[in-house]
Amino acid sequence: MIRFEGVVKRYPGRERPAVVDLTLSAAEGSITVLIGPSGCGKTTTLRMINRLIEPSAGTVRVGGEDVARVDPVALRRRIGYVIQQVGLFPHMNVADNIATVPRLLGWAPSRIEARVDALLDLVGLEVDAVRRRFPRELSGGQRQRVGVARALAADPPVMLMDEPFGAVDPVMRARLRDEFLGILRGIRKTVVFVTHDIDEAIRMGDRVAILRDGRLVQVDTPAGVLARPADRFVEDFVGADRALKRLSLTSARQAMLAIEGAAGSGGPRLAPETDLREALSRMLAAGRREAEIVDADGRVLGRLTVETVIARASLVGD
Amino acid sequence: MLRDAVLWIAEHPGLFLKAVDTHLKLSGAALAIAAALALPLGLALGRFPRAAFAAINAAGALRSVPSLAILALALPFLGIGFAPSLVALVILAVPPILINAVVGTREVDADVVDAARGMGMTALEIALRIEMPLAAPVMFAGLRTAAVQVIAGATLATFIGGGGLGDFIATGIAIMDFSRLLVGAVPIALLAMATELGLSGVERRLFGERRAG
Repeated sequence: MIRFEGVVKRYPGRERPAVVDLTLSAAEGSITVLIGPSGCGKTTTLRMINRLIEPSAGTVRVGGEDVARVDPVALRRRIGYVIQQVGLFPHMNVADNIATVPRLLGWAPSRIEARVDALLDLVGLEVDAVRRRFPRELSGGQRQRVGVARALAADPPVMLMDEPFGAVDPVMRARLRDEFLGILRGIRKTVVFVTHDIDEAIRMGDRVAILRDGRLVQVDTPAGVLARPADRFVEDFVGADRALKRLSLTSARQAMLAIEGAAGSGGPRLAPETDLREALSRMLAAGRREAEIVDADGRVLGRLTVETVIARASLVGD
Repeated sequence: MLRDAVLWIAEHPGLFLKAVDTHLKLSGAALAIAAALALPLGLALGRFPRAAFAAINAAGALRSVPSLAILALALPFLGIGFAPSLVALVILAVPPILINAVVGTREVDADVVDAARGMGMTALEIALRIEMPLAAPVMFAGLRTAAVQVIAGATLATFIGGGGLGDFIATGIAIMDFSRLLVGAVPIALLAMATELGLSGVERRLFGERRAG
């Protein structure tokens, strides 16, 4: 859906190019995360997709079309764009903010109104309470949700997100992230997502693209990046605890064993969606070597042992 | 003396009202033309830091020239009368409007503009729908400053034959009749104060809420 072909970005007066020979593709309906240290070119790369930055060389394609041949304004109206500070228009209320692109596209007012309500609902905001409020009257979390709603308003096939959940506290950030993933499960969008947080990248991405000094160092699934870091830099970047990080990719449900003997025998009780990293942590905290996996009604579905988890951690490959 | 001044006005309503009319016409027209020139220019320049800096400096320098000097300088080039006075008053009004337009535009949050651009607004749409409304409070303050300066400056139009309430001040000095002087001076003072208070009130009503945020 999105393709970079040998893209270069040079700024006059700066010796090192911001982006060098970038060849990368993002499949339709997938989430591609761009990650790397400060100054690696991830934001520059993102902004070349909607032509807020123009490449010095190479081609960027969206939906097969060379974006350089398309009117940039028309292009941007088909791409959702969310930035860290959100950039809500302070002089417009929430409804007007969200309605921006539909209005630019000339939608009928009744259609716009219905869409705004649907989106507020989708992002988990109370429609009547929030519709007429102004951005300054909203909390940080509410503002980010409105920002996402605004980007989704015209139902664009592509979404570009630059640290969209960065301006809130970590707890809210994790919540927004999970909610957003939930939203995406229901709709088909190609998302390119910039972050500097490796845990976020692993959680969000179908594929993770690691950049350094303007170059693409590795692109792979989260599990792949963790299991087979391409070089020392990536190894350091993903963190020495990458084996533990890999555990967070698997849920208890996927790894649990059948119950043996009487239920209620052992350890902490975990929800099936708990990832193995958390499961291990809970077992350690409880001083037990096993745990029970229970559903919402308290029925025991299976069990987990520390040994099972360790076996999973050392699996090479996906 | 004040009583004599009021009596004089009562006896010569036509003359007085004509002077008021000219004074207001000069001021209003000068303000309108200056706004039409300086607001779009300020909006456009706001995006270019170096040009903005140069414009602010130039406008600031121009502001320091005494109003009378500007009016007097119009004389050799444009002659006497309404038109030269108007030109001089426009030159007087432009700096405060331009400075505020530039500053107001530059103060608009860059993230807001980036979001607008990224969403697919054209440059014109951004200027009209985002930058202008957000810069409006500061721009309006500039208009208010210019309005008061122009009303005061129009007093001096009398020196180049422009008419207005300054005529009575000049006549009053010439014939040593201080009540005549007051016929000019008091209304001008009242007009200036009324403009300041009136526009401040409008400003508060239009933008008061926003400033709280």
